[in-house]
Amino acid sequence: MSEFKRPDGRKVNELRKITAKVGVVPNADGSAIFGFGDTIAIAAVYGPKKMHPQHSQNPEKGTLRCTYNMMSFSVTERIRPGPSRRSQEISKITEWALQPIVMIDEFAGQVVDVHINVLQANASTRCAGINAAAMALAHAGIPMKGLVSSVSIGKLDKQLVTDLIKAEEDWEEGEGPTDIPITMTEDGKITHIQLDGKITPAQLKEAVLLAKEAYPQIHEAQSKALKDVGEEK
Amino acid sequence: MITSDLTAQRIREYLSKGKRFDNRNSEELRELVIETGVSKNAEGSARVKLGKTEVLVGIKLDVSAPYADSRDKGNLMVTAEFLTMSSPRLDLGPQPFESLELARVIDRGIRESHFIELDKLCIKEGEKVWTVMIDIYTVNDDGNLLDAAGIGAVAALMNARVPKYNEETGKTLFGEWTDNKVPLTKDLPISLTIHKIGNSLIMDPTKEEEDISETRVTVCTSNGTICSMQKGNSKELTIEEFNKVLDLVEKTEKEIVKKIEGSLK
Repeated sequence: MSEFKRPDGRKVNELRKITAKVGVVPNADGSAIFGFGDTIAIAAVYGPKKMHPQHSQNPEKGTLRCTYNMMSFSVTERIRPGPSRRSQEISKITEWALQPIVMIDEFAGQVVDVHINVLQANASTRCAGINAAAMALAHAGIPMKGLVSSVSIGKLDKQLVTDLIKAEEDWEEGEGPTDIPITMTEDGKITHIQLDGKITPAQLKEAVLLAKEAYPQIHEAQSKALKDVGEEK
Repeated sequence: MITSDLTAQRIREYLSKGKRFDNRNSEELRELVIETGVSKNAEGSARVKLGKTEVLVGIKLDVSAPYADSRDKGNLMVTAEFLTMSSPRLDLGPQPFESLELARVIDRGIRESHFIELDKLCIKEGEKVWTVMIDIYTVNDDGNLLDAAGIGAVAALMNARVPKYNEETGKTLFGEWTDNKVPLTKDLPISLTIHKIGNSLIMDPTKEEEDISETRVTVCTSNGTICSMQKGNSKELTIEEFNKVLDLVEKTEKEIVKKIEGSLK
């Protein structure tokens, strides 16, 4: 079989260039920027703080609240500013992806707010957002079991690839595109997975392994950024 | 989180001696850093930092119908969103009034200065014109978002190019650009805000200073000509003080213009 050609010339299991930095929003308790190539997300954490509105308070344990937003100009065709059905769903998905690692049970009645904003989008924005959020939470000193790392695996026609770009999301040949964003803990447990497209169970299992193979590199970038700022202090 | 009475008192004491916490004099701006082209999918974009205050501004263009009262001119739309990320004081939910005011003040400054040559953005009179959308996002609020946003809007406009447009289908080809810049005049509209605290008039307040500001005037000038103005807050201003406001604005405008032009090279 001839070598599969990706639009940007990457190998099938090659990630885009990762950018990762913490401490980008001075007002926040913790913050980070994470990029997969042209996809860039900024996350800021405030809290634990008193939960508003009061009826959302959980008297038994602390709450993690994530808000995902795309800036109107982050994509080629402007999106109307403000929350959408898509962004609300991704916000929830992000919460679920992060909840297993944050240990905020003792902060009863309080909330840890994670605000994620996409500055520039070229697919995999939710994954970049989750990666940035995990870093920002750690930067804020929120008790955590570890980090999570997120990456999107794609199936283009029959070929599995790591870290999708927009041109691949819109794949037109053969079986078309399948997009599988996956998030895992450091010890390889899945905290988030979604899928849009068409894939056999056997190949989906392969896709999960491909994601697992990509995590060390993402995790290293995340922890390096956190370590760098630790040394500055 | 709101500035305490003790801090407020100290700020006033300092100002009465012509001093500020960060060693600036009353007319001095914090370090101004302008970057352009910070978001690739936007027609134009800019990141402006004034000290710790940071805003992001993006420009998008699309083809739409003109307004009934300007059938042969492009449209201009300015929106601002105070991101909850930018301050511990912001909660999810409706935007604060200041966000709406900021967008409107910036809009008027740019509109009244005729900086954008809207007549050149007409495709077919009465039917199709370009709409220029300026979207402002706050990233970190340490006071004076207004001036930072105004500078960002101008820098982003100067960075913006016009997307391709298919005349047959009447559709904008998003993500493909012509070599044409958005048509602009040479005179940059610069919005500057002067705050009054006690008997002092200061520029570029930090959040703490902004909290105890008694009144403020935002003046937009373009090559020395005033094109829009807004006084905010209730404290009165004497005519002498008002004249000093205008002097301060006049003195600073050129410095800002130079900075913006420098950021585009």
